Amino acid sequence: MSLRTPLKHVRRHGSARDGTDHFWKQRLTGLANLVLSVFLVIFLIRHAGADHAALKESLRHPAVALPLVLLVISGTVHMRLGMQTIIEDYVHGESSKIVLLLLNTFFSVLVGATGVLAVLKLGFGA
Amino acid sequence: MAEARPRTGVEGKGAAANRPLSPHLQIYKPVVNMVMSILHRITGAALYFGSLLLVWWLVAAAVGPAYFDYVNGLFATLCGKLLLVGYTWTLIHHALGGVRHFVWDTGRGFDLETVDRMSWLTLLGSALITAVIWIYVIGQRGGF
Repeated sequence: MSLRTPLKHVRRHGSARDGTDHFWKQRLTGLANLVLSVFLVIFLIRHAGADHAALKESLRHPAVALPLVLLVISGTVHMRLGMQTIIEDYVHGESSKIVLLLLNTFFSVLVGATGVLAVLKLGFGA
Repeated sequence: MAEARPRTGVEGKGAAANRPLSPHLQIYKPVVNMVMSILHRITGAALYFGSLLLVWWLVAAAVGPAYFDYVNGLFATLCGKLLLVGYTWTLIHHALGGVRHFVWDTGRGFDLETVDRMSWLTLLGSALITAVIWIYVIGQRGGF
């Protein structure tokens, strides 16, 4: 006989069964984005109007390509979570909500994968 | 008495008719923390689609010099530059809004005076940082 009460099944998990997962990932990626955005802004300032050869040369260095890859990943995860909240707040029809949530995931993954691919292609010397 | 039958509530589009609604945005006088909260969401949504700009630029670089020059040329138009200034402010404002939320996450800064001060700082800080970035870029490039 177990002495555990059913409370353990509900505690901290909420109606979506993932507890504070959404909140936590939003904060985690937010913090990463904060640091990586500073890098991005400096990178973009330095390459404002730079020609293709100069940009390619910088991206070939892992210390430039890596933070960019991390930013694209962290940024798209963060924006997917944020848009999910917006959709859940404003779209009340069950079917349109599910369709938009699916599109949100597809869009974010597509943007993220495309960005990573582009940086890697340049990083490996396209 | 058909009317006496309890409404089936959530299903059925007509179910919501004639029910009183709780007061919403148009009822309240805008105050700074409310406006910054709304702006945080709007800038977040703008950055969602703005991610396409960054990825487009990276893809253009990956495609090759000719297409990269073409895309850079579009960003160099007046419209393109104004868009980039807007993008800069949007990113900085959302980032500072995030910092404000991090402060709240620690349980601090919930008194109205601090909330208002942090809200104004978000707005002033984002405007200031955006201005510094673009003044620097303009200085470097010798023109807008």
